[in-house]
Amino acid sequence: MPAPSSASFRGCRHAMPFLIVVVPFAMLFGALATDAGLSLFEVITFSAVVFAGASQFAALQLMQDHAPLLVILATALAVNLRMVMYSIALSPHLGPAPLGIRAAIAYFLVDQSYVTSVAEFDRNPALTLPEKIAYFFGTITPVALLWYIATYLGARLGRTIPPDYALDFAVPITFLAIIAPMIRTVPHVAATAVSILGALALFKLPYGTGLLVAGVLAKATGATLEYLLDRKAAQNGD
Amino acid sequence: MAIDKSTLWTVIVVLGIGTFMIRFSFLGLLGNRTLPGWLLRTLRYTPMAVLPGLVAPAVLWPAATGGEVDPARLTAALATIAIGVITRNLMSAIIGGGATLYAMLWLFGQ
Repeated sequence: MPAPSSASFRGCRHAMPFLIVVVPFAMLFGALATDAGLSLFEVITFSAVVFAGASQFAALQLMQDHAPLLVILATALAVNLRMVMYSIALSPHLGPAPLGIRAAIAYFLVDQSYVTSVAEFDRNPALTLPEKIAYFFGTITPVALLWYIATYLGARLGRTIPPDYALDFAVPITFLAIIAPMIRTVPHVAATAVSILGALALFKLPYGTGLLVAGVLAKATGATLEYLLDRKAAQNGD
Repeated sequence: MAIDKSTLWTVIVVLGIGTFMIRFSFLGLLGNRTLPGWLLRTLRYTPMAVLPGLVAPAVLWPAATGGEVDPARLTAALATIAIGVITRNLMSAIIGGGATLYAMLWLFGQ
């Protein structure tokens, strides 16, 4: 059985590929926020306190549009609502940890640490609690460090990044690249299709609620289809 | 017009606290509680249920082109998905998608 320090190192290694994503993402936020008139201190504080890129981009956009405060907050929080699911998914593994550790895990619970950790905990059910905690913090260490540093660099670079680099599309390519390798089964394909079609069809619903509805429908579709296919396979096996 | 400073700081503080509470919800409040199988099965679909929907409008109607369908961005998105599905590798998908985007932007002379 490997020691917690090796679990930590493994988590760090498994999260490395995300840096190619995190660095431009954070730099982009730093640059766009500076461009919107935020000071260096404000940009860094924003990134450090919220620590959730997609919602930061959403909030920044709405603030520039001078949307009402409540609309800004509701939209940005709606973008982050998916993390309730991350919290639920990790609670069987990390729930027994001490309160302070759980609070730190919660702050660092982002797409990258969630995806990497859940995959590892599913692969190795024999991991002990200290190993799981070490693995989680291993995944987030390079991601968080580079998130802060790249935000700073982006803010310093500011508007010197020319628009022809099409950096607006760094976010979609990143998210699609995260999802595509995970699509392995028919229920996966169905859930992804419902998510895309639902979000497009419900795009006009206010405050990001369309995405929330599409997400719930997509999850229900995937889980139901998986259940039905498993049952059918079990019957055929008899 | 500049962003109002009181709005900015309210957003930073409230969004920070709210996001923390979302992440802390089950880890913090429900601790050791075990969850039923159907719920765990549903949760496994969270990434592919949320992230594609999050970016779909930006793929089809990018703000950079004023909401008009852009062949370069659409092709790059499809290339990213195809490469990701075939290679099962995050890095290949990002590099392939980015290369497709720049190649298409160059071809279309933007």
